[in-house]
Amino acid sequence: MDIDLMLRVYPFFLEAAWTTILLSVLTALLGLTMGTLGAAARLSRFAVLRFIGAAYVSFFRGTPALIQLFILYFGGPQIGIQLDAFEAGVIGLGINAGAYMTETIRGAIISIDKGQKEAGRTLGLSNWQSFYKITLPQAGRLMVRPLGVNLNMLIKATALVAAISVVELTYTAQRYIGSTYKPFEMFLLAGILYMIIIYATGRGVAWLDRKVQIT
Amino acid sequence: MGLDFTVVPAHLDIILLGCAWTIGIAVAAALLSFFGGIVFAVIALYAPWIIRQPFRLLEWVFMGTPLLLQLFLIYFGLVQIGIDLPAFVAGIIGLGLHFAVYNSELIQTAILSVDKGQMEAARTVGLSRGQALRKVVIPQAVRDVIPPIGNNMIALLKDSALVSVIGVSELTLSAQRAIGATYRPFEFYLVAALFYYAINLCMEWVQRRIERRIAISR
Repeated sequence: MDIDLMLRVYPFFLEAAWTTILLSVLTALLGLTMGTLGAAARLSRFAVLRFIGAAYVSFFRGTPALIQLFILYFGGPQIGIQLDAFEAGVIGLGINAGAYMTETIRGAIISIDKGQKEAGRTLGLSNWQSFYKITLPQAGRLMVRPLGVNLNMLIKATALVAAISVVELTYTAQRYIGSTYKPFEMFLLAGILYMIIIYATGRGVAWLDRKVQIT
Repeated sequence: MGLDFTVVPAHLDIILLGCAWTIGIAVAAALLSFFGGIVFAVIALYAPWIIRQPFRLLEWVFMGTPLLLQLFLIYFGLVQIGIDLPAFVAGIIGLGLHFAVYNSELIQTAILSVDKGQMEAARTVGLSRGQALRKVVIPQAVRDVIPPIGNNMIALLKDSALVSVIGVSELTLSAQRAIGATYRPFEFYLVAALFYYAINLCMEWVQRRIERRIAISR
């Protein structure tokens, strides 16, 4: 193992790790937004919205994220959407993650007993109030852990933007594998950084999960 | 530039060939991940400490890093140690091992949840520990875990698109070839997406049928 080489290139990996973190944070924010909208659409009173929500989830969970990214980045200009690689990465991965999060959020909401909402209505709360004040707080607690799983997958999915040349961890590893012919060392550098990011995120989610539980 | 889907039929043969490759790679990797998952689960649960702990570390590394990075490691790493495999073989190994780890997690839980009495009964009638595992415990565990493994296999199909990055001419790379000839990325990537989607729907249909079968046999 070439420790010397690893020490020489690791600053570049560290810099790339920040890009991966930034990508992950932005993608997660967009994913959560899309997931909330998606869940709202899927649970809507209106059949059209329910259909749009279901189609969104089905298509984006049913096709490879890499292809979705390519359609957006390479195909976008054909329909007037001109994005640089980083923007395309965030938007493409965010929309993709949103489809998974839609199902997580929806699952948590429908798992709350209907009687809870009905009781709220009986006590004179409006439909929205009883959702907002009774169903949502309970569903929110159930969401934390599965959303954490979504987040974990999303962080690993950010590696895909290497294929559209965003200089993040995987792209950096790939470039240095090409120039140094030391795949194992480069994998180790990138792998350790990924695992730190993922471990830290996992701990954060576990902390949040404990924080929101009422026992 | 606008969209023009009339260019698609002329290149459909490349796309269909790519589709066949995608299915072939996905099936091979799925088999590897299924049997590999069983082997990994047994190692993680029953191997001696000195093997078990490093193995668990390795599993943890596989679950904590992106598949794309692992594919680069396997493809270029094998070349470095003198094993020059064709890209598609490296792709199958990479996909297969990655998902074997995820399957192994499921199978481990399932093995642990098979009633202890099953193992004891098998031992009582004279089977060795290995035999009891192989003939009594694991078949029951695997049956319980087929629906979630099905979900992993659907994920595997989608992730097989990643092997295009190491140069395997499957569906995604075939679409790229067609794009190289026509400069129509939107159309061809969308067509590729629809093919993936169709394969996916077929897999979901099969999965539902298998689940119903299992529900009846119980």
